[in-house]
Amino acid sequence: MSTATPITRVSITMIVNDQPVTAEVDPRTLLVDFLRETLQLTGTHVGCDTSQCGACVVHVDGLSVKSCSMLAVQADGSRIVTIEGLAQAEDLHPVQQAFYTQHALQCGYCTPGMVMSAVDLIAHNPQPTDREIRAWLKGNLCRCTGYHNIVSAIAAAARAAHAPASANP
Amino acid sequence: MYPFDYVRASSVEDAVSAAQTTAGSRFLAGGMTVLPMLKQRLANPTQLIDLGHLAGLRFIRADIDGIHIGAMTTHAAVAGSGLVREAIPALARLVDGIGDPQVRHRGTLGGALATNDSAGDYVAAALALAATIVTDRRRIAADDFFRGMGETALAADELITEVVFPIPRRAGYAKFEQLASRYALVAVMAAETTVAGPRVAVIGAASCAFRLPALETALSRRWHAAAADSLAIDPDGLTSDLCGSAAYRADLVGVLARRAIADAG
Repeated sequence: MSTATPITRVSITMIVNDQPVTAEVDPRTLLVDFLRETLQLTGTHVGCDTSQCGACVVHVDGLSVKSCSMLAVQADGSRIVTIEGLAQAEDLHPVQQAFYTQHALQCGYCTPGMVMSAVDLIAHNPQPTDREIRAWLKGNLCRCTGYHNIVSAIAAAARAAHAPASANP
Repeated sequence: MYPFDYVRASSVEDAVSAAQTTAGSRFLAGGMTVLPMLKQRLANPTQLIDLGHLAGLRFIRADIDGIHIGAMTTHAAVAGSGLVREAIPALARLVDGIGDPQVRHRGTLGGALATNDSAGDYVAAALALAATIVTDRRRIAADDFFRGMGETALAADELITEVVFPIPRRAGYAKFEQLASRYALVAVMAAETTVAGPRVAVIGAASCAFRLPALETALSRRWHAAAADSLAIDPDGLTSDLCGSAAYRADLVGVLARRAIADAG
């Protein structure tokens, strides 16, 4: 490749956690590397780097995706939310709070991806059954917990989000 | 990944033209197969042509010859489509089992067929439902499209634009998942099509998907699951690996064919 024409860098613009971001990147830059290394948003983790484990899940235009299997240039013009974008000021997002309350993590490595997946699930299916939660987590691996408390936390977060409406008919 | 140049196609013509202009180009749809390949340095394209902005290739509509699905339609869109669920429920269920939710948000129909993974669920659907693959220049019957492991009838600069799935009288899908990856170790789709009669397609068992003509003949006499009981699958030529021997896969083909036929009702 040494004699080939130099690779053209590509200018990209996106909204990350409500902040506009513009940068020039090598086309082969993965979205996860752009988030972690260029934007220093290291809450998104790289686990397997082969789109199996889900530690790198972020939201692109409202849908959960694996940021290790997407190029930064493919996210040009998109709205991105990472784990850093969930909490409002000092208040954890309800799913984060539920993970804390239900002891849904041990080492914590998979947690950012688990939480981002769960937020997407609840956004599109506000009252998932345990079976639906487990099916949804097919792309998120946890090697510590055995998933039980993760499923409990997601169910609890969904119930909490639903509770105010049902309490005030 | 090896370095590559990147262009974003603004139209089908633009994408094809970019592929013709630069040797060694590769189309990038959802990237769920291409990006992992690039990361492993199994491919070294000079240029990736991003199809992600071709909004005109994202559609699902019914026509007289079946359900037309745009090549850039994601798996999530197909699995969640009321039209597909109503017309070909087995197809909606099959697509809902591809990868995981995050993969289904990115992966596309065109990409899945163009990469022709030996365990690709969509390949089974295209074959069993006698789909027609429409490209920028011609229409290709599914039977003529899949040519071997990862090989298709597509020219290097040829782009899938849509796929037509004729609505079958009935169709069923049975998949035996490899327990770690959840890919199909073997899967079978069985369909009774209106034009081409019964069709049974197998994925995961060999390097390329294949049909079961003897079983199709038996099903044309009478559609019943027991037709698969007398099926003799020759393990010679089937895949043998850590997850299962060729003999095991041969056995699975019969079991899953029976289940797929029963699933179709």
